[in-house]
Amino acid sequence: MDLLSVWEWLVAPFQYAFMLKAIAVSALVGLICAVLSCYMMLKGWALMGDAVSHAVMPGVVIAHILNIPLAIGSFVFGVGSVIAIGFIKSKTRIKEDAVIGLVFTGFFAFGLVLISKTPSNIDLKHILFGNVLGISNADIVQTVIIAVINLTVIGIFRKDFLLFCFDPTHAKSIGLNTGFLYYLLLSLLSLTAVAGLQTVGIILVVAMLVTPGATAYLLTDKFDQMMLLAIASGVFSSVVGTYISYHIDGSTGGCIVVLQTLIFVITMIFAPKYGLLATGDRPTDETLL
Amino acid sequence: MNKIRIDIENLTIAYNGKVALHGANLQLESGSICGLVGMNGAGKSTLFKAIMGFVKPVTGRVLIDQMPVRIIQKKSLVAYVPQAEEVDWNFPVNVWDVVMMGRYGYMNVLRIPSQRDRYAVKESISQVQLTDLGDRQIGELSGGQKKRTFLARALAQQATVLLLDEPFAGVDVTTEKLMIQLLIELRELGHTILISSHDLSSISTFCDRVVMINRTILAYGNTNEVFTPENLALTFGGSASVLASSLAKQKLGQ
Repeated sequence: MDLLSVWEWLVAPFQYAFMLKAIAVSALVGLICAVLSCYMMLKGWALMGDAVSHAVMPGVVIAHILNIPLAIGSFVFGVGSVIAIGFIKSKTRIKEDAVIGLVFTGFFAFGLVLISKTPSNIDLKHILFGNVLGISNADIVQTVIIAVINLTVIGIFRKDFLLFCFDPTHAKSIGLNTGFLYYLLLSLLSLTAVAGLQTVGIILVVAMLVTPGATAYLLTDKFDQMMLLAIASGVFSSVVGTYISYHIDGSTGGCIVVLQTLIFVITMIFAPKYGLLATGDRPTDETLL
Repeated sequence: MNKIRIDIENLTIAYNGKVALHGANLQLESGSICGLVGMNGAGKSTLFKAIMGFVKPVTGRVLIDQMPVRIIQKKSLVAYVPQAEEVDWNFPVNVWDVVMMGRYGYMNVLRIPSQRDRYAVKESISQVQLTDLGDRQIGELSGGQKKRTFLARALAQQATVLLLDEPFAGVDVTTEKLMIQLLIELRELGHTILISSHDLSSISTFCDRVVMINRTILAYGNTNEVFTPENLALTFGGSASVLASSLAKQKLGQ
Protein backbone atom coordinates (compact mmCIF):
# COMPACT_ATOMS: atom_id res chain seq x y z
CA MET A 1 0.00 0.00 0.00
CA ASP A 2 1.53 3.32 -1.01
CA LEU A 3 1.40 6.52 1.00
CA LEU A 4 -1.32 8.03 -1.14
CA SER A 5 -3.77 5.24 -0.50
CA VAL A 6 -3.03 5.37 3.24
CA TRP A 7 -3.80 9.07 3.12
CA GLU A 8 -6.99 8.42 1.20
CA TRP A 9 -8.03 5.83 3.74
CA LEU A 10 -7.36 8.24 6.60
CA VAL A 11 -9.32 11.14 5.13
CA ALA A 12 -12.12 9.02 3.70
CA PRO A 13 -14.59 9.86 6.51
CA PHE A 14 -14.13 13.58 5.95
CA GLN A 15 -15.50 13.37 2.41
CA TYR A 16 -18.99 12.87 3.73
CA ALA A 17 -21.08 15.75 5.04
CA PHE A 18 -22.80 13.47 7.56
CA MET A 19 -19.44 12.47 9.03
CA LEU A 20 -18.29 16.05 9.36
CA LYS A 21 -21.55 16.96 11.05
CA ALA A 22 -21.32 13.94 13.32
CA ILE A 23 -17.77 14.75 14.37
CA ALA A 24 -18.64 18.39 15.04
CA VAL A 25 -21.76 17.53 17.07
CA SER A 26 -19.92 14.82 19.01
CA ALA A 27 -17.16 17.27 19.84
CA LEU A 28 -19.66 19.84 21.06
CA VAL A 29 -21.54 17.31 23.17
CA GLY A 30 -18.23 15.97 24.47
CA LEU A 31 -17.34 19.51 25.48
CA ILE A 32 -20.50 20.35 27.44
CA CYS A 33 -20.65 16.92 29.06
CA ALA A 34 -17.00 17.23 30.12
CA VAL A 35 -17.56 20.67 31.66
CA LEU A 36 -20.54 19.43 33.62
CA SER A 37 -18.78 16.18 34.56
CA CYS A 38 -16.35 18.13 36.76
CA TYR A 39 -19.22 19.33 38.94
CA MET A 40 -20.98 15.94 38.89
CA MET A 41 -17.75 14.33 40.04
CA LEU A 42 -17.06 16.83 42.81
CA LYS A 43 -20.65 16.99 44.04
CA GLY A 44 -20.92 13.19 44.08
CA TRP A 45 -23.79 13.31 41.64
CA ALA A 46 -22.81 10.49 39.27
CA LEU A 47 -25.90 8.53 40.26
CA MET A 48 -28.01 11.66 39.90
CA GLY A 49 -26.66 12.06 36.36
CA ASP A 50 -27.67 8.52 35.58
CA ALA A 51 -31.12 9.12 37.04
CA VAL A 52 -31.80 12.35 35.20
CA SER A 53 -30.54 11.06 31.86
CA HIS A 54 -32.93 8.09 32.07
CA ALA A 55 -35.82 10.08 33.48
CA VAL A 56 -35.91 12.46 30.50
CA MET A 57 -37.19 9.61 28.30
CA PRO A 58 -40.95 10.27 28.62
CA GLY A 59 -40.25 13.96 28.09
CA VAL A 60 -38.51 13.20 24.82
CA VAL A 61 -41.42 11.08 23.61
CA ILE A 62 -44.08 13.60 24.63
CA ALA A 63 -42.12 16.44 23.02
CA HIS A 64 -41.99 14.36 19.86
CA ILE A 65 -45.76 13.80 19.93
CA LEU A 66 -46.49 17.49 20.58
CA ASN A 67 -43.89 18.48 18.02
CA ILE A 68 -42.04 20.80 20.40
CA PRO A 69 -38.26 20.86 20.95
CA LEU A 70 -37.05 17.71 22.70
CA ALA A 71 -35.06 19.89 25.08
CA ILE A 72 -38.25 21.31 26.60
CA GLY A 73 -39.78 17.90 27.23
CA SER A 74 -36.59 16.48 28.68
CA PHE A 75 -36.06 19.56 30.82
CA VAL A 76 -39.51 19.19 32.39
CA PHE A 77 -39.08 15.49 33.12
CA GLY A 78 -35.45 15.77 34.15
CA VAL A 79 -36.18 18.45 36.75
CA GLY A 80 -39.46 16.70 37.60
CA SER A 81 -37.61 13.50 38.46
CA VAL A 82 -35.28 15.42 40.78
CA ILE A 83 -38.21 17.08 42.52
CA ALA A 84 -39.85 13.65 42.88
CA ILE A 85 -36.63 12.23 44.35
CA GLY A 86 -36.36 15.12 46.81
CA PHE A 87 -40.01 14.80 47.81
CA ILE A 88 -39.93 11.04 48.45
CA LYS A 89 -36.63 11.28 50.31
CA SER A 90 -37.88 13.98 52.66
CA LYS A 91 -41.34 12.51 53.26
CA THR A 92 -40.53 8.83 53.72
CA ARG A 93 -37.90 6.79 55.54
CA ILE A 94 -36.46 5.40 52.32
CA LYS A 95 -32.80 6.14 51.71
CA GLU A 96 -31.66 8.27 48.82
CA ASP A 97 -30.03 5.58 46.65
CA ALA A 98 -33.21 3.50 46.71
CA VAL A 99 -35.34 6.55 45.94
CA ILE A 100 -33.14 7.49 42.97
CA GLY A 101 -33.26 3.90 41.71
CA LEU A 102 -37.02 3.63 41.85
CA VAL A 103 -37.82 7.09 40.47
CA PHE A 104 -35.63 6.95 37.38
CA THR A 105 -36.62 3.43 36.43
CA GLY A 106 -40.27 4.42 36.89
CA PHE A 107 -39.85 7.43 34.61
CA PHE A 108 -37.88 5.37 32.09
CA ALA A 109 -40.49 2.60 32.03
CA PHE A 110 -43.21 5.19 31.50
CA GLY A 111 -41.23 6.45 28.51
CA LEU A 112 -41.01 2.92 27.12
CA VAL A 113 -44.78 2.46 27.38
CA LEU A 114 -45.33 5.82 25.66
CA ILE A 115 -43.04 4.90 22.78
CA SER A 116 -44.65 1.50 22.30
CA LYS A 117 -48.17 2.98 22.25
CA THR A 118 -47.42 6.03 20.13
CA PRO A 119 -47.91 5.75 16.41
CA SER A 120 -44.89 7.83 15.55
CA ASN A 121 -41.60 7.44 13.84
CA ILE A 122 -39.51 7.58 17.02
CA ASP A 123 -36.88 4.91 16.89
CA LEU A 124 -36.31 3.53 20.38
CA LYS A 125 -32.87 2.38 19.35
CA HIS A 126 -31.86 5.95 18.48
CA ILE A 127 -32.96 7.22 21.87
CA LEU A 128 -31.22 4.44 23.75
CA PHE A 129 -28.01 4.32 21.78
CA GLY A 130 -27.86 7.62 19.89
CA ASN A 131 -27.78 8.31 16.19
CA VAL A 132 -25.22 10.98 15.58
CA LEU A 133 -24.45 9.79 12.06
CA GLY A 134 -28.04 10.47 11.06
CA ILE A 135 -28.53 13.66 13.04
CA SER A 136 -30.95 16.16 11.51
CA ASN A 137 -30.17 19.83 11.03
CA ALA A 138 -32.89 20.73 13.53
CA ASP A 139 -31.18 18.53 16.13
CA ILE A 140 -27.86 20.18 15.39
CA VAL A 141 -29.40 23.60 15.99
CA GLN A 142 -30.87 22.33 19.24
CA THR A 143 -27.52 20.95 20.36
CA VAL A 144 -25.83 24.25 19.61
CA ILE A 145 -28.48 26.17 21.56
CA ILE A 146 -28.10 23.82 24.52
CA ALA A 147 -24.33 24.18 24.36
CA VAL A 148 -24.55 27.98 24.32
CA ILE A 149 -26.96 28.02 27.28
CA ASN A 150 -24.85 25.57 29.29
CA LEU A 151 -21.53 27.23 28.64
CA THR A 152 -22.94 30.69 29.35
CA VAL A 153 -24.54 29.66 32.65
CA ILE A 154 -21.44 27.76 33.77
CA GLY A 155 -19.28 30.66 32.62
CA ILE A 156 -21.22 32.97 34.91
CA PHE A 157 -21.74 30.66 37.90
CA ARG A 158 -18.51 28.69 37.64
CA LYS A 159 -17.22 29.76 41.04
CA ASP A 160 -20.60 29.69 42.76
CA PHE A 161 -21.11 26.11 41.59
CA LEU A 162 -17.65 25.23 42.84
CA LEU A 163 -18.38 26.69 46.27
CA PHE A 164 -21.78 25.00 46.28
CA CYS A 165 -20.11 21.63 45.62
CA PHE A 166 -17.31 22.22 48.10
CA ASP A 167 -19.01 23.84 51.07
CA PRO A 168 -22.74 24.57 50.80
CA THR A 169 -22.83 25.71 54.44
CA HIS A 170 -20.40 28.51 53.73
CA ALA A 171 -22.25 29.34 50.52
CA LYS A 172 -25.42 29.82 52.58
CA SER A 173 -23.64 31.77 55.29
CA ILE A 174 -22.46 34.40 52.81
CA GLY A 175 -25.98 34.74 51.47
CA LEU A 176 -25.78 32.64 48.30
CA ASN A 177 -29.06 31.04 47.26
CA THR A 178 -28.05 27.36 47.38
CA GLY A 179 -31.54 26.19 46.43
CA PHE A 180 -31.25 28.21 43.23
CA LEU A 181 -27.78 26.80 42.49
CA TYR A 182 -29.02 23.25 43.13
CA TYR A 183 -31.86 23.50 40.63
CA LEU A 184 -29.76 25.44 38.15
CA LEU A 185 -27.13 22.71 38.10
CA LEU A 186 -29.83 20.06 37.73
CA SER A 187 -31.45 22.00 34.89
CA LEU A 188 -28.11 22.06 33.08
CA LEU A 189 -27.87 18.33 33.68
CA SER A 190 -31.31 17.75 32.10
CA LEU A 191 -30.41 19.86 29.07
CA THR A 192 -27.09 18.11 28.67
CA ALA A 193 -28.76 14.73 28.91
CA VAL A 194 -30.89 15.53 25.89
CA ALA A 195 -27.86 16.77 23.96
CA GLY A 196 -25.95 13.63 24.86
CA LEU A 197 -28.93 11.54 23.86
CA GLN A 198 -28.37 12.52 20.20
CA THR A 199 -24.79 11.34 20.25
CA VAL A 200 -24.36 8.38 22.54
CA GLY A 201 -27.93 7.74 23.66
CA ILE A 202 -29.61 7.70 27.06
CA ILE A 203 -27.77 4.63 28.29
CA LEU A 204 -24.25 5.91 27.72
CA VAL A 205 -24.69 9.62 28.37
CA VAL A 206 -23.88 9.09 32.03
CA ALA A 207 -20.42 7.91 30.97
CA MET A 208 -19.84 11.24 29.25
CA LEU A 209 -21.07 12.99 32.40
CA VAL A 210 -18.74 11.11 34.74
CA THR A 211 -15.67 9.71 33.01
CA PRO A 212 -13.94 12.91 31.81
CA GLY A 213 -14.31 14.49 35.26
CA ALA A 214 -13.08 11.34 37.00
CA THR A 215 -10.08 11.11 34.66
CA ALA A 216 -9.14 14.75 35.22
CA TYR A 217 -9.64 14.41 38.99
CA LEU A 218 -6.82 11.85 39.08
CA LEU A 219 -4.47 14.20 37.26
CA THR A 220 -4.61 17.47 39.16
CA ASP A 221 -5.32 19.29 42.42
CA LYS A 222 -6.40 22.48 40.68
CA PHE A 223 -9.97 22.97 39.57
CA ASP A 224 -9.20 25.03 36.45
CA GLN A 225 -6.74 22.41 35.26
CA MET A 226 -9.26 19.70 36.04
CA MET A 227 -11.81 21.43 33.82
CA LEU A 228 -9.34 21.78 30.93
CA LEU A 229 -8.19 18.17 31.21
CA ALA A 230 -11.78 16.92 31.33
CA ILE A 231 -12.60 18.94 28.23
CA ALA A 232 -9.50 17.64 26.45
CA SER A 233 -10.29 14.00 27.16
CA GLY A 234 -14.03 14.44 26.47
CA VAL A 235 -13.60 16.20 23.13
CA PHE A 236 -10.75 13.93 22.05
CA SER A 237 -12.77 10.76 22.72
CA SER A 238 -15.83 12.18 20.96
CA VAL A 239 -13.94 13.16 17.82
CA VAL A 240 -11.70 10.11 17.60
CA GLY A 241 -14.49 7.76 18.68
CA THR A 242 -16.78 9.01 15.93
CA TYR A 243 -13.94 8.73 13.42
CA ILE A 244 -13.07 5.18 14.46
CA SER A 245 -16.72 4.13 14.34
CA TYR A 246 -16.70 4.96 10.62
CA HIS A 247 -13.76 2.71 9.89
CA ILE A 248 -14.87 -0.22 11.97
CA ASP A 249 -18.51 0.38 11.02
CA GLY A 250 -19.44 0.08 14.69
CA SER A 251 -21.61 1.87 17.23
CA THR A 252 -20.54 5.52 17.49
CA GLY A 253 -21.69 5.95 21.08
CA GLY A 254 -19.96 2.72 22.00
CA CYS A 255 -16.68 3.81 20.39
CA ILE A 256 -16.73 7.18 22.16
CA VAL A 257 -17.36 5.69 25.59
CA VAL A 258 -14.89 2.82 25.14
CA LEU A 259 -12.25 5.40 24.23
CA GLN A 260 -13.10 7.52 27.28
CA THR A 261 -12.88 4.47 29.49
CA LEU A 262 -9.50 3.52 28.01
CA ILE A 263 -8.19 7.01 28.73
CA PHE A 264 -9.48 6.67 32.27
CA VAL A 265 -7.80 3.29 32.78
CA ILE A 266 -4.48 4.57 31.43
CA THR A 267 -4.77 7.61 33.70
CA MET A 268 -5.69 5.46 36.68
CA ILE A 269 -2.48 3.47 36.23
CA PHE A 270 -0.02 6.16 35.15
CA ALA A 271 -1.28 9.43 36.70
CA PRO A 272 1.82 11.10 38.19
CA LYS A 273 0.42 11.69 41.67
CA TYR A 274 -2.77 9.69 42.10
CA GLY A 275 -2.14 6.81 39.65
CA LEU A 276 -1.81 3.24 40.88
CA LEU A 277 1.92 3.17 40.06
CA ALA A 278 2.53 6.40 41.97
CA THR A 279 0.48 5.55 45.03
CA GLY A 280 1.78 1.97 45.24
CA ASP A 281 1.27 0.67 48.74
CA ARG A 282 0.28 4.03 50.15
CA PRO A 283 -3.00 3.51 51.99
CA THR A 284 -5.99 5.22 50.46
CA ASP A 285 -8.93 6.59 52.42
CA GLU A 286 -10.70 3.33 51.71
CA THR A 287 -8.16 1.12 53.47
CA LEU A 288 -7.98 3.45 56.46
CA LEU A 289 -11.65 2.90 57.20
CA MET B 1 -21.76 50.12 77.27
CA ASN B 2 -21.19 48.55 73.89
CA LYS B 3 -24.11 48.23 71.50
CA ILE B 4 -26.14 45.06 71.22
CA ARG B 5 -25.02 43.09 68.19
CA ILE B 6 -26.73 39.70 68.39
CA ASP B 7 -30.24 39.78 69.79
CA ILE B 8 -31.92 36.43 70.41
CA GLU B 9 -35.53 36.65 71.58
CA ASN B 10 -37.52 33.74 72.99
CA LEU B 11 -35.95 31.30 70.55
CA THR B 12 -37.34 27.75 70.44
CA ILE B 13 -35.95 25.17 68.03
CA ALA B 14 -37.34 21.68 67.50
CA TYR B 15 -36.27 18.81 65.27
CA ASN B 16 -39.17 16.55 64.26
CA GLY B 17 -41.17 17.74 67.23
CA LYS B 18 -38.30 17.18 69.67
CA VAL B 19 -37.30 20.40 71.38
CA ALA B 20 -33.57 21.10 71.16
CA LEU B 21 -33.59 24.63 72.51
CA HIS B 22 -36.35 26.28 74.47
CA GLY B 23 -37.17 29.94 75.06
CA ALA B 24 -33.63 31.22 74.67
CA ASN B 25 -33.02 34.92 75.28
CA LEU B 26 -29.56 36.33 74.77
CA GLN B 27 -28.02 39.69 73.93
CA LEU B 28 -24.40 39.74 72.82
CA GLU B 29 -22.57 43.06 72.60
CA SER B 30 -19.98 44.29 70.17
CA GLY B 31 -16.37 43.99 71.26
CA SER B 32 -16.92 40.80 73.17
CA ILE B 33 -15.85 37.17 73.18
CA CYS B 34 -18.57 35.00 74.64
CA GLY B 35 -17.86 31.40 75.61
CA LEU B 36 -20.69 28.96 75.02
CA VAL B 37 -20.63 26.19 77.60
CA GLY B 38 -22.79 23.09 77.83
CA MET B 39 -22.81 19.31 77.64
CA ASN B 40 -22.99 17.32 74.42
CA GLY B 41 -26.54 17.60 73.17
CA ALA B 42 -27.22 20.72 75.24
CA GLY B 43 -28.02 22.64 72.06
CA LYS B 44 -24.75 24.46 71.37
CA SER B 45 -24.55 23.57 67.70
CA THR B 46 -28.30 24.13 67.42
CA LEU B 47 -27.85 27.65 68.75
CA PHE B 48 -25.19 28.36 66.12
CA LYS B 49 -27.37 26.99 63.34
CA ALA B 50 -30.35 28.95 64.61
CA ILE B 51 -28.37 32.19 64.62
CA MET B 52 -27.34 31.43 61.01
CA GLY B 53 -30.95 30.75 60.08
CA PHE B 54 -30.17 27.17 58.98
CA VAL B 55 -32.93 25.79 61.20
CA LYS B 56 -36.36 27.37 61.35
CA PRO B 57 -37.40 28.49 64.83
CA VAL B 58 -40.71 27.34 66.29
CA THR B 59 -40.93 30.62 68.17
CA GLY B 60 -38.78 33.69 68.52
CA ARG B 61 -36.26 35.41 66.30
CA VAL B 62 -32.63 36.34 65.90
CA LEU B 63 -31.50 39.81 64.90
CA ILE B 64 -27.98 40.94 64.14
CA ASP B 65 -27.47 44.70 64.24
CA GLN B 66 -31.29 44.92 64.39
CA MET B 67 -31.62 43.20 61.05
CA PRO B 68 -32.66 39.70 60.01
CA VAL B 69 -29.68 37.36 59.58
CA ARG B 70 -30.47 36.83 55.90
CA ILE B 71 -29.65 40.46 55.16
CA ILE B 72 -26.53 40.40 57.33
CA GLN B 73 -25.34 37.30 55.45
CA LYS B 74 -25.72 39.03 52.10
CA LYS B 75 -23.36 41.71 53.42
CA SER B 76 -20.89 38.96 54.49
CA LEU B 77 -21.05 40.36 58.03
CA VAL B 78 -21.40 37.02 59.79
CA ALA B 79 -18.88 34.19 59.55
CA TYR B 80 -19.61 30.68 60.76
CA VAL B 81 -17.02 27.97 61.30
CA PRO B 82 -18.89 24.70 61.96
CA GLN B 83 -17.72 22.09 64.44
CA ALA B 84 -16.46 19.63 61.86
CA GLU B 85 -16.03 20.97 58.36
CA GLU B 86 -18.13 18.61 56.32
CA VAL B 87 -16.02 19.12 53.24
CA ASP B 88 -14.32 16.69 50.92
CA TRP B 89 -10.63 17.08 51.77
CA ASN B 90 -9.68 15.64 48.36
CA PHE B 91 -11.40 18.56 46.65
CA PRO B 92 -9.15 20.23 44.05
CA VAL B 93 -8.72 23.51 45.93
CA ASN B 94 -5.74 24.89 47.84
CA VAL B 95 -5.50 27.09 50.93
CA TRP B 96 -5.59 30.29 48.86
CA ASP B 97 -8.75 29.14 47.00
CA VAL B 98 -10.57 28.31 50.24
CA VAL B 99 -9.69 31.62 51.89
CA MET B 100 -10.73 33.46 48.72
CA MET B 101 -14.19 31.89 49.13
CA GLY B 102 -14.58 34.18 52.13
CA ARG B 103 -14.47 37.13 49.71
CA TYR B 104 -17.19 35.99 47.27
CA GLY B 105 -19.75 38.23 48.94
CA TYR B 106 -17.68 41.29 48.01
CA MET B 107 -17.27 40.32 44.36
CA ASN B 108 -19.56 40.75 41.37
CA VAL B 109 -21.51 37.82 39.98
CA LEU B 110 -18.51 36.42 38.09
CA ARG B 111 -16.51 36.33 41.36
CA ILE B 112 -13.40 37.84 39.84
CA PRO B 113 -11.14 38.89 42.73
CA SER B 114 -10.10 42.52 42.91
CA GLN B 115 -6.79 43.81 44.23
CA ARG B 116 -8.52 44.33 47.58
CA ASP B 117 -9.77 40.75 47.70
CA ARG B 118 -6.29 39.41 46.98
CA TYR B 119 -4.83 41.64 49.66
CA ALA B 120 -7.42 40.52 52.24
CA VAL B 121 -6.71 36.85 51.44
CA LYS B 122 -2.96 37.36 51.67
CA GLU B 123 -3.33 39.19 54.98
CA SER B 124 -5.63 36.54 56.47
CA ILE B 125 -3.35 33.69 55.43
CA SER B 126 -0.41 35.46 57.00
CA GLN B 127 -2.41 36.13 60.19
CA VAL B 128 -2.93 32.40 60.68
CA GLN B 129 0.72 31.81 59.70
CA LEU B 130 0.06 29.69 56.63
CA THR B 131 1.84 31.97 54.15
CA ASP B 132 4.18 29.23 52.98
CA LEU B 133 1.31 26.80 52.44
CA GLY B 134 -0.93 28.99 50.27
CA ASP B 135 -0.79 26.68 47.29
CA ARG B 136 -1.09 23.44 49.22
CA GLN B 137 -4.07 21.21 48.48
CA ILE B 138 -6.25 21.19 51.60
CA GLY B 139 -6.09 17.42 52.11
CA GLU B 140 -2.35 17.70 52.62
CA LEU B 141 -2.67 19.93 55.67
CA SER B 142 -2.47 18.84 59.31
CA GLY B 143 -5.56 19.08 61.53
CA GLY B 144 -4.43 22.38 63.00
CA GLN B 145 -3.58 23.82 59.59
CA LYS B 146 -7.01 22.83 58.28
CA LYS B 147 -8.68 24.69 61.15
CA ARG B 148 -6.45 27.69 60.56
CA THR B 149 -7.38 27.71 56.87
CA PHE B 150 -11.06 27.94 57.72
CA LEU B 151 -10.38 30.59 60.35
CA ALA B 152 -8.46 32.54 57.70
CA ARG B 153 -11.51 32.33 55.46
CA ALA B 154 -13.62 33.80 58.26
CA LEU B 155 -11.02 36.57 58.74
CA ALA B 156 -10.93 37.32 55.01
CA GLN B 157 -14.68 37.69 55.12
CA GLN B 158 -14.16 40.64 57.49
CA ALA B 159 -17.35 39.77 59.32
CA THR B 160 -18.22 41.63 62.49
CA VAL B 161 -19.83 38.53 63.96
CA LEU B 162 -17.88 35.27 64.26
CA LEU B 163 -19.54 32.04 65.29
CA LEU B 164 -17.00 29.34 66.10
CA ASP B 165 -18.27 25.89 67.02
CA GLU B 166 -15.55 23.92 68.87
CA PRO B 167 -12.65 25.52 67.00
CA PHE B 168 -10.06 23.93 69.28
CA ALA B 169 -11.19 20.34 68.84
CA GLY B 170 -8.26 18.26 67.61
CA VAL B 171 -5.82 21.14 67.10
CA ASP B 172 -2.30 21.47 68.44
CA VAL B 173 -1.39 23.84 71.27
CA THR B 174 0.35 26.30 68.94
CA THR B 175 -2.74 26.61 66.78
CA GLU B 176 -4.99 27.08 69.81
CA LYS B 177 -2.76 29.86 71.18
CA LEU B 178 -2.60 31.53 67.79
CA MET B 179 -6.36 31.38 67.37
CA ILE B 180 -7.01 32.82 70.82
CA GLN B 181 -4.58 35.66 70.11
CA LEU B 182 -6.40 36.44 66.85
CA LEU B 183 -9.79 36.39 68.58
CA ILE B 184 -8.56 38.84 71.21
CA GLU B 185 -7.36 41.17 68.44
CA LEU B 186 -10.76 40.94 66.74
CA ARG B 187 -12.50 41.80 70.01
CA GLU B 188 -10.39 44.94 70.24
CA LEU B 189 -11.63 45.85 66.76
CA GLY B 190 -15.19 45.66 68.12
CA HIS B 191 -16.15 42.27 66.71
CA THR B 192 -18.56 39.94 68.44
CA ILE B 193 -17.41 36.36 68.84
CA LEU B 194 -19.44 33.44 70.10
CA ILE B 195 -17.31 30.38 70.69
CA SER B 196 -18.09 26.95 72.07
CA SER B 197 -15.37 24.84 73.61
CA HIS B 198 -14.99 21.68 75.62
CA ASP B 199 -11.87 23.10 77.17
CA LEU B 200 -13.39 24.85 80.20
CA SER B 201 -10.01 25.86 81.58
CA SER B 202 -9.19 28.00 78.55
CA ILE B 203 -12.64 29.64 78.37
CA SER B 204 -12.01 31.76 81.46
CA THR B 205 -8.67 32.96 80.10
CA PHE B 206 -9.94 34.83 77.06
CA CYS B 207 -13.75 35.04 77.17
CA ASP B 208 -15.14 38.19 78.78
CA ARG B 209 -18.66 36.73 78.74
CA VAL B 210 -19.95 33.24 79.29
CA VAL B 211 -23.28 31.71 78.41
CA MET B 212 -24.25 28.35 79.87
CA ILE B 213 -26.85 26.26 78.16
CA ASN B 214 -28.73 23.06 78.63
CA ARG B 215 -31.66 23.14 76.21
CA THR B 216 -32.17 26.73 77.33
CA ILE B 217 -30.00 29.57 78.56
CA LEU B 218 -29.12 28.78 82.19
CA ALA B 219 -26.82 31.68 82.90
CA TYR B 220 -25.24 34.57 81.03
CA GLY B 221 -22.96 37.40 82.05
CA ASN B 222 -19.41 38.46 82.82
CA THR B 223 -17.08 35.49 83.03
CA ASN B 224 -15.91 36.25 86.58
CA GLU B 225 -19.52 36.41 87.82
CA VAL B 226 -21.08 33.55 85.85
CA PHE B 227 -18.27 31.03 85.51
CA THR B 228 -18.79 29.63 89.02
CA PRO B 229 -18.77 26.07 90.36
CA GLU B 230 -22.50 26.45 91.18
CA ASN B 231 -23.41 27.40 87.63
CA LEU B 232 -21.17 24.69 86.21
CA ALA B 233 -22.92 22.16 88.43
CA LEU B 234 -26.23 23.44 87.10
CA THR B 235 -25.01 23.14 83.52
CA PHE B 236 -23.29 19.80 83.72
CA GLY B 237 -25.45 18.11 86.35
CA GLY B 238 -23.86 15.19 88.17
CA SER B 239 -20.58 15.20 86.31
CA ALA B 240 -19.91 18.76 87.36
CA SER B 241 -18.43 18.12 90.79
CA VAL B 242 -15.27 16.89 89.09
CA LEU B 243 -15.21 19.92 86.84
CA ALA B 244 -15.93 22.26 89.71
CA SER B 245 -13.13 20.89 91.81
CA SER B 246 -10.67 21.06 88.92
CA LEU B 247 -11.76 24.63 88.35
CA ALA B 248 -11.33 25.47 92.02
CA LYS B 249 -7.84 23.97 91.94
CA GLN B 250 -7.03 26.03 88.90
CA LYS B 251 -8.19 29.20 90.64
CA LEU B 252 -6.10 28.35 93.68
CA GLY B 253 -3.16 27.85 91.32
CA GLN B 254 -3.56 31.37 90.02
